[in-house]
Amino acid sequence: MPGAGVGIVSNPGPSGQHSLRLNPSHAAAVAKFLRDDAELALDFLSNVTGVDWPDKEIAEKVKVSKAVDGVEQTVEETRKRVEPGCLEVVYHLFSVARKHGPVILRMRTVNRTDQVELPSLTSIWRSAEFQEREVFDLYGVVFTGHPDLRRLLMWDEFTDHPMRRDYVEPDDFEYEPTAHDAVAARAAAHQEPREGKVAGQ
Amino acid sequence: MTIPAHAPEQLKNWNRPRIIEPGGDGDLLEVAMGPHHPSTHGVFRMDVALDGERVIRLKPVFGYLHRNHEKIAESVSYLASMPYTDRLDYICSLTNNWAYALAVEKLTSQEVPERAEYLRVILGELTRIQNHASSIGFLIQEMGASGTPLMYAFREREKILDLFEALTGSRMMCNYMRFGGCRVDASAAWLDAARKVVAGLPGFVDEFDQLLSSNEILMARTQGVGILRPELAVNAGVTGPMLRASGINYDIRKVDSYGIYNRFPFRVPLGDHWDVYDRFMIRMLEMRESIKIVEQALKDIPAGPVMDPKAKIRGFRPKAGEAYGRIEAPKGELGFYLISDGGPNPYRYRVRPPSLINLTVLEDMCLGSDIADVVLIFGSVDIVLGEVDR
Repeated sequence: MPGAGVGIVSNPGPSGQHSLRLNPSHAAAVAKFLRDDAELALDFLSNVTGVDWPDKEIAEKVKVSKAVDGVEQTVEETRKRVEPGCLEVVYHLFSVARKHGPVILRMRTVNRTDQVELPSLTSIWRSAEFQEREVFDLYGVVFTGHPDLRRLLMWDEFTDHPMRRDYVEPDDFEYEPTAHDAVAARAAAHQEPREGKVAGQ
Repeated sequence: MTIPAHAPEQLKNWNRPRIIEPGGDGDLLEVAMGPHHPSTHGVFRMDVALDGERVIRLKPVFGYLHRNHEKIAESVSYLASMPYTDRLDYICSLTNNWAYALAVEKLTSQEVPERAEYLRVILGELTRIQNHASSIGFLIQEMGASGTPLMYAFREREKILDLFEALTGSRMMCNYMRFGGCRVDASAAWLDAARKVVAGLPGFVDEFDQLLSSNEILMARTQGVGILRPELAVNAGVTGPMLRASGINYDIRKVDSYGIYNRFPFRVPLGDHWDVYDRFMIRMLEMRESIKIVEQALKDIPAGPVMDPKAKIRGFRPKAGEAYGRIEAPKGELGFYLISDGGPNPYRYRVRPPSLINLTVLEDMCLGSDIADVVLIFGSVDIVLGEVDR
């Protein structure tokens, strides 16, 4: 398939499970080919999952020539560069008909904030239906073309995506039934003052 | 129930359902089955729209038991997640341990000694037997036979759980497998006890089979109900006994032959009517095959260590990379996907839960059937909410 933009991502670990990186704009066509091709027959999509790659700050030393006290000198300078992060979705495919696999597909969003759309593969493999909903819920990847993209595990009114690496839980989060110390102090900010009762106790 | 004429207005309408207007199609009744319905084995809700008794729409609602297992596992070391995997599918903790150990062993290319492999097979198949027995018991219970068949299953399950307790220290939260082997060795006395229990199992399955399989009510309620077509089953990622009941020959013990499964001859039973009865029957037949495997494994088990002495269990840092390990758990394909960035904790830890993914087809199986059958169809999927919601 010319121009499909499929690249190979090698796995440095010992498991030897390498993967294919898909260009999101051609992903549906490639996926359909993988499913329908008689040799590959990857008819079984086992696992769909998200991975969060936050923005990475990389410090590198650069040699710069600079005029120090009027003399041209080569000085080493540390510069910080931010490598933009992304959200990645990983699909594990197997073949039930020919009993081979896994073939691993990966797609990446442009960034983690406003361009988080990826094409949904639910129309090709139904097993992606709940799993893509889960990735949307916990990572915030928006799957275009998904028939029913709602939160799966968190409640509908929830706004954040808890599996992201930089997720901070809201401080009114009631994880302790009998709050004390630091948790109680944090909860106090959310409680109405009542007569005869010290907030947070 | 007759309502007296002088009763207040709300009491007169005590049984009036909430009617929604679907816009000219006639009145549909919306029912929320769950989250505390007795057939849901935990907290799970189905939003069902009914036309009379017929199911028009069914939307599962998840998340009541969600505790973000994956996030917790990413914040602790590899070993620290092992006891937590017991809590995913709490009926089958040993197979959860095995799947996780297998994924980490793939990530670190860790070898497992012979004896540990045999112990894993013995425990994994015993887990399958007790899961299938109790799953059948629950299914019959949901049909209205309250208790009796379930107690037959639980009697047998308890014997197997006693074995687990003697070996691992816990009936259900076994926390037994380790990366590169098993935690403790099984004594000769334990193996003898296991042989004794396994010798009684064929009699139990025969009894269970005779009691249930040709029962008229069971056949009337389950045959032709909840049909799942094989092509949809594969496309929707259904695995385990449900997939094989739809006539697809796909058993990961055969396909991947992970561990030492290629040493055991066993057959893979397949259904040809694709209905609830077939799912029931497949579980019954799989128990018989599992008994054969355990018998052979108990006969062949060699002496030797159960842990690779060079294996690092604690505080190791796998090389950067990723691995997906999967096993044929009693409920289907249980997979663990791990990404390591070279640190002591997994960078990404993902559970591929068979219970959740098998529910993808719940609506397809239930559409057009009666509301009373929804409970049966749901029961034949065999889920545990600890794994669905994680």
